[in-house]
Amino acid sequence: MTSLMTAPSTHRRRRGRAGWWKTATGLLLTTVMLFPVYWMLNVSFTRDQDMRKSPPDWFPVHGTLDGYRAVLDQQLPYLATSLVIGLGTVVLTVALSAPAGYALAKLRPRGGGVIGFLFLVAQMIPGIIMAMGFYAIYLSLGLLQSVPGLIVADSTLAVPFAVLIFTAFMSGIPGELLQAAKTDGAGALRTFWYVVLPMSRNAVVTVSLFAFLWSWSDFVFASTLANGGAHEPITLGIYQYIGNNNQEWNAIMATAVVASLPATVILVLAQRYVAAGVTAGAVKD
Amino acid sequence: MNRTTQLPDRRPVRERKGAAATAASPRARTATRRRPRSQQWAAWAFLAPVTVYLALFYAYPLYRNVDLSLRNYTVRSFVQGNAPFTGLQNYRTVFDDPAFGPALMHTVVFTAVCLFFQYAIGLALAVFFNQHFRLSATLRALFLVPWLLPLIVSASTWSWMLNSDSGVVNSALHAFGIDPVNWLTSPSWSLTSVIIANIWIGVPFNLVVLHSGLQSIPRSLYEAAALDGAGAWRRFRHITFPLLRPVSAITLLLGLVYTLKVFDIIWIMTKGGPADSSTTFATWSYRLGFGNLLPAFGPGAAVGNLLVVAALVLGLVYLRVQRKQYAS
Repeated sequence: MTSLMTAPSTHRRRRGRAGWWKTATGLLLTTVMLFPVYWMLNVSFTRDQDMRKSPPDWFPVHGTLDGYRAVLDQQLPYLATSLVIGLGTVVLTVALSAPAGYALAKLRPRGGGVIGFLFLVAQMIPGIIMAMGFYAIYLSLGLLQSVPGLIVADSTLAVPFAVLIFTAFMSGIPGELLQAAKTDGAGALRTFWYVVLPMSRNAVVTVSLFAFLWSWSDFVFASTLANGGAHEPITLGIYQYIGNNNQEWNAIMATAVVASLPATVILVLAQRYVAAGVTAGAVKD
Repeated sequence: MNRTTQLPDRRPVRERKGAAATAASPRARTATRRRPRSQQWAAWAFLAPVTVYLALFYAYPLYRNVDLSLRNYTVRSFVQGNAPFTGLQNYRTVFDDPAFGPALMHTVVFTAVCLFFQYAIGLALAVFFNQHFRLSATLRALFLVPWLLPLIVSASTWSWMLNSDSGVVNSALHAFGIDPVNWLTSPSWSLTSVIIANIWIGVPFNLVVLHSGLQSIPRSLYEAAALDGAGAWRRFRHITFPLLRPVSAITLLLGLVYTLKVFDIIWIMTKGGPADSSTTFATWSYRLGFGNLLPAFGPGAAVGNLLVVAALVLGLVYLRVQRKQYAS
């Protein structure tokens, strides 16, 4: 901070030392923040007999894989269901919102603004309200405890976000390009499929990532619409583990670790899409 | 998201990109109105699926919910669909319920305390990570982890950490000579516990959004202030904070909307208990509708609709705030 006031010769050295302090502080803060994540990992490797030890082991010194064995034995069907539902949600979300984004951004229909506004409001509705409405509807349609039903419900978490992302992204595509396609005789559909969509690859990736994550993490819809069915997602798998007054916390935490894998993989492989997705909405530059 | 789980809406982006192109001149806007009719048809053809979707999967569930709250539903009439219309009876039941006052208070306290700490911690971290040092970007990315984890994972991890007998938190307190706290099983602590967990989940969102807000503040301002002899605190107070106000307003408003509807965390950690000590409107609504053997769909929907009204009001405030910012 004071470096501007000091002589240029000491400038660099001071900054270097201050930089180290900052890195150390940053590491400390990150450690504190991520401690619960570490603790989840630690408990997932802890043996049953050490689980209630006081004080607890800070490192899995007598590590065991029992928890993960339990995951393999009991949780695979749940994980598979979640995977199917997640992928289904991604497909449905992109299929619905990419054309809508194109229309709102480039074709500008009369009344399009109203649709945009409705999606903004739709995002603010608490999930629990949606769940109750869906429950009433699915009950009469016989869609309770079904995979397609859950895919549709989960997609409501992502579609408003997706429409707004696609609209924002596609407004950036130069109009001359679309005009050129038109001059070449391409209709709106061909233009969309061969020009707009390939150019919107980044938006598709961002939308898909979040649609998958939200559907994978969903608990509200799962617990209201899929509870007790043949196909339950992993969030319910964990919930029932806890609910059964299960004392095998290593198995619970091992399931939690496995359930966190998609988020981790996405953060590692696609960090810039994640950051773009988080900030795009709230910041005006 | 969810929770605080769900992301902010994307409107600003769209406005931002669109604003430069069209909104600036009214003439451009009228020009788009006079697009050829065939394009209007094409546009609505592309919008048709999502419009139908909006009607079927947002409007209709909402309508069903209003309908639920205005009728006297039992399990039988829920299936048969011939429940008698009772007007505002369900709402009266809810208002007269002794649980109403505490639930309202818990909702307000939960929302206010979470918002305050998420924002304050998020801002402090954003300012810190806005400096250039080694690993700054990597560490900032790692901070996103709590926000990306499924809520059930975070909630169950915190449950075990806060466990009275074997939790690591009490064990750490013990090391400092503090008596163990019944975090989740004592009525005086349960609300605090879920607030702590929710703050942990919400900080990353605030950090990332505020950090990108900070980056749009020109560095030259700080350099000029430093030359004038302003210290770090004064620079924060007179440059960072005022210039960050638009971003802060949006962040807090979105945080408000998402905190108000937090359900998963509380339900998984305490189920709103013990003795309703951590019940908010969201968990109360769920318990009325799904938590009992005999569901009370009517009152459950009524509580939920109170939340919807709150969300709608906040949505309108959000739009106003944004419009004001773009006007200025």
